[in-house]
Amino acid sequence: MNAVVHAKAESRHLLSGNEAVARAAWEAGVRVAAAYPGTPATEILENIALYPDIYSEWSVNEKVAVEVAIGAALAGSRALAAMKHVGMNVASDAFMTQSLAGVVGGLVIVVADDVGLSSSQNEQDSRYWGRFGHMPVLEPADSQEAYEMVKQAFALSEQYEVPVIVRMTTRVCHVKAMVTVAGQRTEHAAAGFQKNPQRWVMTPANAKPRLPVMHQRERQLQAMSEASDLNFSVTSSDRRIGFVTAGPAFMHVRETFPNAPVLKLGFSCPPPLEKIRAFAGQVDTLVVVEETEPLLETEIRAAGLEVRGKDILPRWGELAPSVLRPAIKPLLGEPYQVPTRPQSTVFPRPPTMCASCPHLGPYFALSHIRNLNIVGDIGCYTLGAGHPWNALDTCTCMGASLSMAHGMDKGRGASDEKKSIVAVIGDSTFLHMGMQGLLNMIYNRGNVTVLLLDNRSVGMTGGQENPGTGQNLHGLPTPRVDFAKLAEALGVRPERIRMVDPYELPTMVKLVREETKMNEPSIIITNRPCSLTDRFERFRPYEVIDDQCTGCGNCIDLGCPAISVSRRETVTAKSGKSKELVFARIDANTCTGCHMCVETCAPEAIVQQPQANTIRIHPHA
Amino acid sequence: MLDGITNILVVGIGGQGVMTAAEMLARTALNQGYDVKKTEVAGMAQRGGVVSSHVRFGPRIYSPQIDPGEADLLIGFEAAEALRWLPYLRPTGVAMVNTLRLAPPVVSVGLYDYPADPIGELAQAGIEVHAFDAGAIATELGNAKLVNTIMLGAISDYLPFSAAVLRDCIIEGFRAYKPKLAEINAQAFDTGREAGHVQTSS
Repeated sequence: MNAVVHAKAESRHLLSGNEAVARAAWEAGVRVAAAYPGTPATEILENIALYPDIYSEWSVNEKVAVEVAIGAALAGSRALAAMKHVGMNVASDAFMTQSLAGVVGGLVIVVADDVGLSSSQNEQDSRYWGRFGHMPVLEPADSQEAYEMVKQAFALSEQYEVPVIVRMTTRVCHVKAMVTVAGQRTEHAAAGFQKNPQRWVMTPANAKPRLPVMHQRERQLQAMSEASDLNFSVTSSDRRIGFVTAGPAFMHVRETFPNAPVLKLGFSCPPPLEKIRAFAGQVDTLVVVEETEPLLETEIRAAGLEVRGKDILPRWGELAPSVLRPAIKPLLGEPYQVPTRPQSTVFPRPPTMCASCPHLGPYFALSHIRNLNIVGDIGCYTLGAGHPWNALDTCTCMGASLSMAHGMDKGRGASDEKKSIVAVIGDSTFLHMGMQGLLNMIYNRGNVTVLLLDNRSVGMTGGQENPGTGQNLHGLPTPRVDFAKLAEALGVRPERIRMVDPYELPTMVKLVREETKMNEPSIIITNRPCSLTDRFERFRPYEVIDDQCTGCGNCIDLGCPAISVSRRETVTAKSGKSKELVFARIDANTCTGCHMCVETCAPEAIVQQPQANTIRIHPHA
Repeated sequence: MLDGITNILVVGIGGQGVMTAAEMLARTALNQGYDVKKTEVAGMAQRGGVVSSHVRFGPRIYSPQIDPGEADLLIGFEAAEALRWLPYLRPTGVAMVNTLRLAPPVVSVGLYDYPADPIGELAQAGIEVHAFDAGAIATELGNAKLVNTIMLGAISDYLPFSAAVLRDCIIEGFRAYKPKLAEINAQAFDTGREAGHVQTSS
């Protein structure tokens, strides 16, 4: 168990922003916490789960997570929901109305923006939601601030009966820094749900009177922001440039320009415009450094102040010192020469699938079948767009594969006429938002072949549980969704529901070929667990008998990272054509003995290593 | 190590233990009373992609990121990865490199070449390079997972605190959580420390 769970008051710890949020939630007396995994927010709930005083769950998606938290807050409990930036889009339907109705127990939504796009499909600035939903936004710059602001967010939420957004970024969530843990848990007992239809039943007649209340609340929050010590300035005698900044950009500004005056906004929405006006009066040039959109900048300009910002700084990505220096130095009249360093010419190393990954089989099949449009989804299987498979044609958002595939079927162009449409989705993504797409496709007589890659985990975020795994966040047994029965219930004909072992390559290829020729919806469901989880069983590794390898390269096409090229030879065939032979080797430390590559090898050059030890022989070997 | 700040960049491939090594360095620095920040880009890292972990410590640390050209120490868990991150090292910096070569699928399918002599290229860049086969030492000691501790041992004499301090922090961790592995890790640390002394000439 994480040591910080038992941390004494006034002790120092090296904590990530996510760990700090969890500790603060516990101290703040949170009773209910919910989330759906998503980088860089995943560890918030994983850490909250370590505190026994908090009920915590993996919800099936972010909208559900926020709704669970809202329900708890209406019962008077302090509640927290955590998600990555794109999760906010899913959840927004719930909090946009609840912001109007308000809350009783403190409700805090922690959102993590993937600034710099390390593991997401887009880059969004979640601070917009505060403006859109009339909710305050707090922006921590590091772990210590994340810890303190989460506690303050609960107080603010209860004082103004409003959901509060704590906006993190990757550089807060995943940076480990010193945190002084100040206190222990303070219980906040739930008063229980108080019936009040005028307040909680958001019909037009009840919602309308809430509008002036919400706007009055926003004015009060504005005054609160002006007075808040979360909005503080660092003074200096050098008044050439004064920075207004928020979030981790504050750290980059302090690092790069240690002698410049700075107004740091921790309570950034509503923005403390009078405080900013006073600060602006003390400096020659006001520069806003914010990630990522020019939100504060636009608001400051609208308040009649002259300000620089995105005219000199990038509108996307992190504003690291190496980005700030060339943009700001010229403003100071200090010429800045970008240092010339040798540029590295090393090959790219994109993430790829793992040895024994159960997605390797389906992608081997997809890459060997022609005339397919393959509509993808969010998960490890998105990597199928890469080498050597090149077998994924789109990726947009959670659950989109089935509905987009259906639209692609209905909107076929002349060049698609002879093509089959395939949707590829994983178990957790299917349960998150994919089911509705299948239901819609059946209901509207679509014709898509669905590949449901059930690896019994949320793979990309580190193997979390979901309703298809049979376990919850705490590892306790739960009913396990039966995907075949679910597909049948949604209307797929039983004949078109095919279960397959993805390691059985010939069957895998045959099934995809058969089902894509059908003139009706069908679903192929795989059944091997993610090879990085405890559910995966490791077998004795395989090796290549070098003098039996003919250099056909078929096993390389599998894309298993345990298989690499030992040597290449160019030979001339009888026809006079030259051909490159690719000889393979298998790294015994990486190979986990799944035996998929054996099925690609006609000369039977791949054999299981002798020496039994404790590792079992694969049943198919 | 300007302004009393030490910048260490640990690089390698997802699954190699880069983040664990960085964590050990950060914890040791914290125990020594420094302000510490450690950052990495995680998420898709365990899928065999590039992993880089930044560790910064000193009297007061603001930005968690090391700028190009500002790393005092580059710890490379794989040869080509060390070369990839070379632009982050100061001209006066030290590179400690495991000579392991891991070719990704883009190399296997013939789209790119693996550098013929990455260690030679590092040495020619004019920096101080120490390269050795950490995997061979680990195999000799009987456990491939020891590479991490071997690499930490190798850099232990290039830190602003003593090698013993880092060693104690690592071994105490094993004593507390995996006592059976404490002795072999102590041995791995010491062997790595010796190996790290040998400088590769250009």
